[in-house]
Order: sequence, then C-alpha cells, then structure tokens
Amino acid sequence: MKLPSLTASLLSALIGTAALAEDTSEPIKVGILHSLSGTMAISETTLKDAMLMLIEQQNARGGVLGRKLEPVVVDPASDWPLFAEKARELIAGDQVAAVFGCWTSVSRKSVLPVFRELDSILFYPVQYEGEESERNVFYTGAAPNQQAIPAVEYLMDQGVERWVLAGTDYVYPRTTNKILEQFLKDRGVADEDILINYTPFGQSDWQTIVSDIKAFGSTGKKTAVVSTINGDANVPFYKELANQGITAEQIPVVAFSVGEEELAGIDTAPLVGHMAAWNYFQSVDDPANYEFIDAWHKFTGSDKRVTNDPMEAHYIGFNMWVKAVEKAGTTDPDKVIDAMVGIEVPNLTGGKAIMGKDHHITKPVMVGEINAEGQFDIVWESEGEVPGDAWSDYLPGSKDLIADWTDPIRCGNYNTTTKTCGGAETTASN
Amino acid sequence: MRLIRLILLCLIMPAAALAQSFEEIARALPEGSYDDRADRVSALASSGDPRAEALLTALVGGDLAVLKSDGRLVIVTDGSATDALSGDPAGSVTRRDVTPVRVNNNLRGHVRAALGTLGLVAESPAARTRAAAQVEAAPDPAQLSALEAALSRETDTKARDALEIARASVLLVAPDATPDERAEALALIAERRGAAAQGRIRPLLSDPALKDAARTALADIERAEALRGWGLTLWQGLSLGSVLLLAAIGLSITFGVCGVINMAHGELVMLGAYTTFMVQEVIRTHAPGLFDWSLAIALPLAFLVTAAIGIAVERGIVRRLYGRPLETLLATWGVSLILQQAVRSIFGPNNRQVGNPSWMSGSVEVLGLSLTWNRIWIMLFALAVFGFLMLVLRRTALGLQMRAVTQNRAMAAEMGIRTGRVDALTFGLGAGIAGLAGVALSQIDNVSPNLGQGYIVDSFMVVVFGGAGSLWGTLAGAFTLGIVNKLAEPLAGAMLAKVMILIFIILFIQKRPRGLFPTRGRAVEG
Repeated sequence: MKLPSLTASLLSALIGTAALAEDTSEPIKVGILHSLSGTMAISETTLKDAMLMLIEQQNARGGVLGRKLEPVVVDPASDWPLFAEKARELIAGDQVAAVFGCWTSVSRKSVLPVFRELDSILFYPVQYEGEESERNVFYTGAAPNQQAIPAVEYLMDQGVERWVLAGTDYVYPRTTNKILEQFLKDRGVADEDILINYTPFGQSDWQTIVSDIKAFGSTGKKTAVVSTINGDANVPFYKELANQGITAEQIPVVAFSVGEEELAGIDTAPLVGHMAAWNYFQSVDDPANYEFIDAWHKFTGSDKRVTNDPMEAHYIGFNMWVKAVEKAGTTDPDKVIDAMVGIEVPNLTGGKAIMGKDHHITKPVMVGEINAEGQFDIVWESEGEVPGDAWSDYLPGSKDLIADWTDPIRCGNYNTTTKTCGGAETTASN
Repeated sequence: MRLIRLILLCLIMPAAALAQSFEEIARALPEGSYDDRADRVSALASSGDPRAEALLTALVGGDLAVLKSDGRLVIVTDGSATDALSGDPAGSVTRRDVTPVRVNNNLRGHVRAALGTLGLVAESPAARTRAAAQVEAAPDPAQLSALEAALSRETDTKARDALEIARASVLLVAPDATPDERAEALALIAERRGAAAQGRIRPLLSDPALKDAARTALADIERAEALRGWGLTLWQGLSLGSVLLLAAIGLSITFGVCGVINMAHGELVMLGAYTTFMVQEVIRTHAPGLFDWSLAIALPLAFLVTAAIGIAVERGIVRRLYGRPLETLLATWGVSLILQQAVRSIFGPNNRQVGNPSWMSGSVEVLGLSLTWNRIWIMLFALAVFGFLMLVLRRTALGLQMRAVTQNRAMAAEMGIRTGRVDALTFGLGAGIAGLAGVALSQIDNVSPNLGQGYIVDSFMVVVFGGAGSLWGTLAGAFTLGIVNKLAEPLAGAMLAKVMILIFIILFIQKRPRGLFPTRGRAVEG
C-alpha cells in the first residue's frame, strides 16, 4: 500500500524540482483559496480581493526575485471537503509557491493533510481557537491570548463581575469558551456568575436567550456578554437586545467575530456601544493604515468598501512571505519555511509583526466600540504587541505544550515537562 | 431658570473642582485612565459653566476631538470643527485631521448621569423625566440635593414619578440616609419597578436594618417573575410559531395540491426579502418621507415577483416531472441553488440593510411583559395571511378547484377542471405567499442569500407535522412546534431543543404518518 503513494510523492517531487529549474522569467504562482460562493462567501470574497490587490502592488514594485507574481484563484464554495480538493489542485496542479486561504477552522483542518503531504505553505488569516501549530501553516490571525483574554481583562477592569459566554455551536466558540471559563475561574469568578450558552448556526430567534441574559444581568452585579456567535447570527441577536431595551451601557456585548465587513450594509443603530476585540480596526489612526485604505478604495473603485482585521492579517502574511522568499533566494517551501521564523514586517497599526517559532505572529490587541457609522471607536489597546500562544496556558491538556519549528526541537506540540514531541498526528486531533 | 440652575449646581459642586479652571479640566479630558476622566466629567458638570452641557453632549456623542495640527479641543459636526471652549469655528476637518477623544460605555454612562443632573432643570417635562431616568440608571449620592430641589418644584405627574424613583435609588446607595428613609425607598422601588429593581434590592440583603424587608420584596418579585416567565415563554412560542406559519403555509399549499416538494421555497422567501430591500432602496433615494410605508408597498410587489417566478418554475420544470417525486425534489433543489447564487452575483454575498419602520421598532409593556413591536406585527400579519388563504380556498372559484384537485385529481379533471392551470396557479399562490413571508422575515432576520436555507427545514417539519395540504394543520403545527421549542429551550439550550423537536416529530409521524390533520385525497399518496 505504501508504494503507490511513495511513487506519487516521488513523481510530484520530480515535477516540483523540474518546475523550480525552469527559467526565471516565468511568473511565481500564488494560490488564493477563499470561498466565493456558499455561506462563507460573505466574509471570504473580500480576502480574495485583498490578495489580488497585494499581488498587484508587489508586481508594480518589480515582483519577487525579479519575477512577476501570478495569482491563481479557486472557489472552494464553503464546502469543507472541497477545500482539500482545491488545495491539492493548487499545489500539485498549478504548482503554486504558497497558498493564502481558509476562514473557518474546519476548512483549515480539512486542508492540513494536503499541505503536509505535498509540503507547501498556507497562510491562515483569521482569528481562531489555537491548540494547533503546523510546520506548513503560518497563522497570521489572533490566537486566544491575543484577542479573547485581553478583551475579558479589559471588561474586568471596567467592573464586570458576571459573564455570559454565548457562542455558535462549533469548535472555535467551544474551545475559546473553555479557555475563557478557566481563565475567569482562575481570576476568582464564581460558577454561578458564568452563564454559557450555545446556539445553532444561523440562529434567528433570540427571544429566549436575550430574556435569559436580561434576567442573568438583573442581579445588580455588572454583567457583560462575551460573544463568539458567528457572523450572520449576530445581527438578529443585537436587534433583539435593542428591542428588549438592553443598551450597551447596561449589558455590553464584546464579540470576536464581528468586524467592519459584517457591519457593512446593516443598520448599526441597535449595535452602537457594543464592542469587538481585534488586532486591527479600520479606524486606526496611522499613516500606513490610511495608505492601505486609500489603495483599497482605489483598487475596488469604491470608497464605501471597508477594511478589516483578516485583511490586515493577509497584508502581514503576504509581506512576510515576500521577505522570506527574498531571504531564502528561492520559493522552495522547505527553505522558505525555515526563513520565515524571525521575519519582521510593519503592520498597519504603527507597530511590527514578528513571526514566532510557533508560526504565530506578534499583534497588538484592541477593543473597539461600534459607532453609528458602522466603524469602531477604539477604547483600549495593549501596550505594544503580544506574541501569539499556540497552546493555551488555561487548558489542562495544553498547559505544558509549546510549539517550536526551529532546531533542535522542530515540533508543533512539544511537551516541556516530558521533553517529548507529541507527534504530528495528535496536533490535528481536535 | 438660569439662576435656579446656577444655585442648584453650586449646591452639588464638589470642592475639588474649584482647584482647577474649567478650561484646564476640559483640556485634560482626553488623558489618563477612564476613572480619572470620569472624575473630570463630574467636575465639569458641577462647575456651573454654561459650556459644560455642549461639551459633555459632544463627548457622549463621540464628536469631541483634538486637532492634530495645534492640539485644540474641538467639537466636530458634519466635517466642520468648532473650538469646544471658545466656540470659534476651526475650519473644516476630515477624520484624519483629528484624534477623537476616547469614550467607552462606562464613561458614557457617567457623562449621561452628569448630564442627567443638568437636565433636571430642563424646560420640558419629558426632558426632566429622561434626566431622572438617567440619574436612576447610575445613582450617585451627590445628586440627592439636586433631585430634592427638582422634586419640590415638579408639577408634571410623570416627571414626578420618575424623580421619586430616582430619589429612592439614590437614597438606597447614599451612606448618610436614615434607616426609615431607606426602608421607604426600598418599598417604593419594589412596588414601581418590579424585576428591574432586583439589582438594586439584592445588595441590601447584607444590610442588617433592611435585610427582612429586602428579602420579602425579593420573594414577591420572584413570584411575580415566575408567572411572568411563563407568560413570556408562551408569547415567545406563539411568536416563533407565527414565523414558522408564515414560512410553511405556502409550502403546505403546493405540497397539498400539487404533491410537489418545493425545495426552492426558502429561496422564494429570500427573494421576497430582497424585494423589500429594493423597495426601501428606491424609497431612500427618491422619497425618504415614504419610508414608514415601505413594507406596505413591498407586500404586493413581493407577492407578484415571487408568484411570477413560482409560475415560471412550475411551467418550466415541475410540470414535466409530475408523478416523479424524487426528480422534482432534485430539480427544485437545483432551482434553489441557482436562485441563491444568482442573488449572490447580483447583490453580493453580504447582508443587505433592510430598516425597520418606526412603528415596528421598540416594545410595549403588556401585563408586565415587554412585547417587541416587530414580533407583534409579524404575528398579526401571519394570521392575516392565514385568513386571506382561507378566504381564497373557501370563497373563490380557484379555491374550489384547488380543493377538488387536492381531493381527487382524476375526478376533477373529468369534471372539466383544467388541472394543469390549477397546478400552475397554486404553485404561484404558494410562491407568492413565500414572498409575503420574505417581507416579514426581512424585519427580524438578515437579508442575505442564505436567508431561505434557515427556514426550509423548519417549514418541512411544520408541514409534515401538521398534515400536508391542511391549512388548519399548518396553523396548529406551527404554533405547537413554536411553543414546544420555546418550552424546551431554557431547559436544554437552543441546540438540544432542536434535536428534541426532531425526535418528537419522528415519534409522532410513526404514530400518525399523515400528520395532525390528514387530508383526504390522492395527491399525497401518489
């Protein structure tokens, strides 16, 4: 059984080297793996456009290694198994040097084996639940310690004592809430001051849950909702809150999946004052950011188009990849992966992003309150950048784990007490 | 009035405020921690300076900013800045020329409370009521004298009522209030505010003097709350039921008469919602005054648009597949995907903004339950659609023919009824009703290409449970499922409640395969 796959990989390796040996006037292909149809199109289409813009800009600067970049766009249609198929098509078929893509964790999990088998590079731009570090993946979105935990700390500072952890029922909210629950308990929050609630995807009838939250918040202690509710379902949730007369000053909601793009085109009146935690907001006051926004408006031909956090993540990821390729002098994935660690590029918020040994980057953390224009007024930001932590310190199973892809450890889930590597299989277990 | 205001403000002026000038405090407003800044807000509010109100209103509205060029504090309105302290115009500015003064929820609440004190001497009773409510939301013992002064002058009953409650809330947190005063305040709050007062009363349980009174008050409130809770669950169940009814009723007709499972039903609902969006867009650009009528205008249009599409689908696809349920199922599913992606290509994948007319926003108190207007209207609308369909079925020639075809297609054809035409019209009617549902659902759900998917499974459950083709069955099915869902939700969570409903339906159709109200006829058997 081993033989065919061995021949296949040998064959693909041969084709790979053949492609590399080709003359340097050929463009370097870059894969873009974002859903352009189906339920996730709402979020992912913009990222495709952002990538096209970044590639166009880089070509205007003369490309990479003297070669032009050529984007290859595929549509995995919000269909998780199709993500794996399309990833294979990009790597083995189109011979792309790196892939920028995925949004949901389940789509990322679906493509992991393909990237491992064909040894290519994926840049993943979305905030996620952590508990993962793969050699072939660079995580340019936030890990929980760069988003969820600082946001909760900010609310604690603001006197919040009772917590509703509301989320959509899938892996990201469940893991994040597990981490947050442990974090809150470590900080001395009692069991009865935490209410955890899960709803199905696309929940639209929020009456009961909002009534529950209202009752939970009527005890006199300051209450806040930490929402990992996914994209679309948020709007009816906020509407119901407003209709039942709950304002952001009484019970604020801090969301981890609501950004400028999700707010575009909806009536933000009922949402004003509610919060989101990200590592970038369009309203950030920085020359680099204004330059990026202007370029984006020019590229899309509309000054109504907003920028958001995952777009900045792609901006950082793409620039890091360009720098690493130039440092390695080749697009060969193995060399680029080794060159990536330690690469430093400016972000859009006036700081620097540095790629860590665990393939997560440093990011500033910001909390913003939604204003009437559908933008965020930044009310808090961390002092300097926070490095990403692949394995949460608040989960019993991952407390002792670290990821380090440099010599001598070279492992995505290294146990610091037993000094052993958990092996590649277990990294994909959740 | 000005004089009274000044005297009043002098009364509550903390000594600390005297140390710094108004200008100095105002300039320091953007700096320091939120707590420090809250102190500055109090100092500004109690300074008695006439500029305070405009300054604080701008702060709360996010219009206060610092000019990057010269560091002046300005108020920005519609792109033009005025100096916040001198009132001089400071030219036109864009977002990039200024650094907005940060304000978060806590600080905003604090400013509102401070503004509340200022508003207690406002001219209109409504403004005074609002100010009292603001004081009540964030009671501060420093406001007591202002409140009492306002109370002694108050003549309006509503404002008086609000002021009394505000005063009571302040007394409960005031350290120097006498036990009698506090007991009185407790009684007043428990009586007038019900559940909302729990938060105010609970901390008093640790107060030896008021412990017993607080406990009784809380027990009373809890008893009333439990009753109210049941009422609320019932209402929420009925409300969910009415949404299900709207979504399912069109499906029930096509399923009953034509025996066709129309998988594209959800997408027809979605198209109805998009029609509402289009109508609102046109109104926004051409006749903003008509906005409150947008739904009334959208209803007939949505009906016509979706009915036309429904008839086209029936004539073009479904008619060729009668008697082959599996193929129809697949074909209409294909139609649903096409419609979805078509909308996505035309309107983009993002949510579209459909506004609520003013009469559909907010809520109303009925027997202590706060019922939201949009849900009330949707329930009335669902019942109206139901009544309209009943009328069509019972009182019109088309209705008679539809019932005939439902009961026995062959016989109806023998009697000279053009069954093909009846099928097309029925399909059109069902689709049109889906469009109407879309108009209603645009008010409570996201208008996006995925809107329909969320309702199709629920609609099928209602139809299967109620009995295909029976309108009364659909009505009973929708409300039963709505209420059962809402009863189960607090017990098991939204996720498990759905699972429980599914199991319940599976068990139910084991016992009664044709639903609650089985239709006598052949179509469903075929």
